[in-house]
Amino acid sequence: MKRGGLFLALVAVTALGLAVVPSLIINAPTEPTMGFIQRIFYYHVATAWLTFLSAFVCAGASIGYLANVGSKSAQRWDGLAMAAAELTVVFGTCMLVTGPLWGRKAWGVWWVWKDVRLMTALLLWFIFVAYLLVRRFGGPGSARLGAGLGIFAAADVPLIYTSVFFWRTQHPKATVVTSLDPGILLPFLLALATFTVLYVVLLWLRMGLETARIRLEDLQLAAEDAGLLDEMR
Amino acid sequence: MLGPETARDRSQGGPREGSFVKTALAVAHKDLLVELRAKEILLAMAFFAAVVVLLFAFAFTHEGRANTDATAGILWIAVALAGTLGLSRAFEREREGDTLRALLLAPAPRSAIYVGKLAGIVLLMLVTEACTVPLVSLLFDAPLLAAERLPHLWLLLVLGTVGYAAVGSLFGALLARTRGRDILLGILLYPIIVPVLIAGARGTEALLARPLDRATAWFWTELLLVFDTVFITVALWVYEPLMASE
Repeated sequence: MKRGGLFLALVAVTALGLAVVPSLIINAPTEPTMGFIQRIFYYHVATAWLTFLSAFVCAGASIGYLANVGSKSAQRWDGLAMAAAELTVVFGTCMLVTGPLWGRKAWGVWWVWKDVRLMTALLLWFIFVAYLLVRRFGGPGSARLGAGLGIFAAADVPLIYTSVFFWRTQHPKATVVTSLDPGILLPFLLALATFTVLYVVLLWLRMGLETARIRLEDLQLAAEDAGLLDEMR
Repeated sequence: MLGPETARDRSQGGPREGSFVKTALAVAHKDLLVELRAKEILLAMAFFAAVVVLLFAFAFTHEGRANTDATAGILWIAVALAGTLGLSRAFEREREGDTLRALLLAPAPRSAIYVGKLAGIVLLMLVTEACTVPLVSLLFDAPLLAAERLPHLWLLLVLGTVGYAAVGSLFGALLARTRGRDILLGILLYPIIVPVLIAGARGTEALLARPLDRATAWFWTELLLVFDTVFITVALWVYEPLMASE
């Protein structure tokens, strides 16, 4: 029951964070140059960080899957890769919605082509939507295909980044964090932490679901082999 | 069904270790021979690329003149679209005869089979490009055929095609075993090969600039080389375990 206890603790931390952090964000000082719109930053940075983290979790799980193909643990790796891919799309969507909302106010446009961070994020999102489509419609054999795609997605991120880098960027740099007002920094870090714990909780739940699904399939096959399902019909 | 041990045993030792190049050449030779007799993929790809270029010409025509700003992009998009057609047909052919399984059962390193398939597809795409480049040059009044630009353009095209086909032959082979392969190839392939498309189109744009921007063109050529290296390395690395067993 140790794992169950850890999971409950994570859920409790998430709930606490979700209850406390919004009020901290509301009470944080308003950033003088950008004004109110800067507050979207608490969500945008956290979701963007998790999008990329999740993509690399998926790639790592895909490598784990390939290293264990054929053995029992392969299914668990595959479940983890699947869960991470879905969460990449979920958090990626949040990132791609909050980013343009901010951009419209700060830059005057919803979207900027030729911006390295925007393009990398968008293409990563596209690759993972493709991943989900493959897993949904690929049928048998799609687990392997997904593993290949997960690895290629992670390898592709630096390539996309490089190819667009030589256009130019106007996205704020990550180093902006070190120069933040302490009143902004604390809620920012707490928002980041809360979202990250939320991510772990979601990943955990989704993996459990996937394991249960695979187990159900195995049981169904076993029942069919034993002729139990025919009797029910 | 092969267990992981059996799969690993098959890839190690044995008399086939030294025959990597020979196997790759044999696979490429087989693919080209089949294609030379059928001519199906080549004709379809070349004609499809021409149709795409024509569509762009119609869509971008202003006052009787084609818009010339987008020439580089049009060339690369036509190549990318035609490439998907060739890839899916090439693997469909293998699937129909169940010959991909036979190839994988052959006592040869699987990475050599991958390299052979890659070489075959690259050659088919290069022939298609040889037909597409003059057409683009003609319709968009672009100096693609000028003596000082043409060799460099081909260098870009060869590197770009290798990068494209490196990803394409991996996913084409994987998709050959799944449902819904016809709709999935483009969805998978295009987002991944965007870096290749960007580098190819930027490089070509620099070649088309008047005066010719040689330095920029070389920069993108080198970047394409890096992308090819990464794609081929990753593909070679994952091909063996991905194709290991049914």
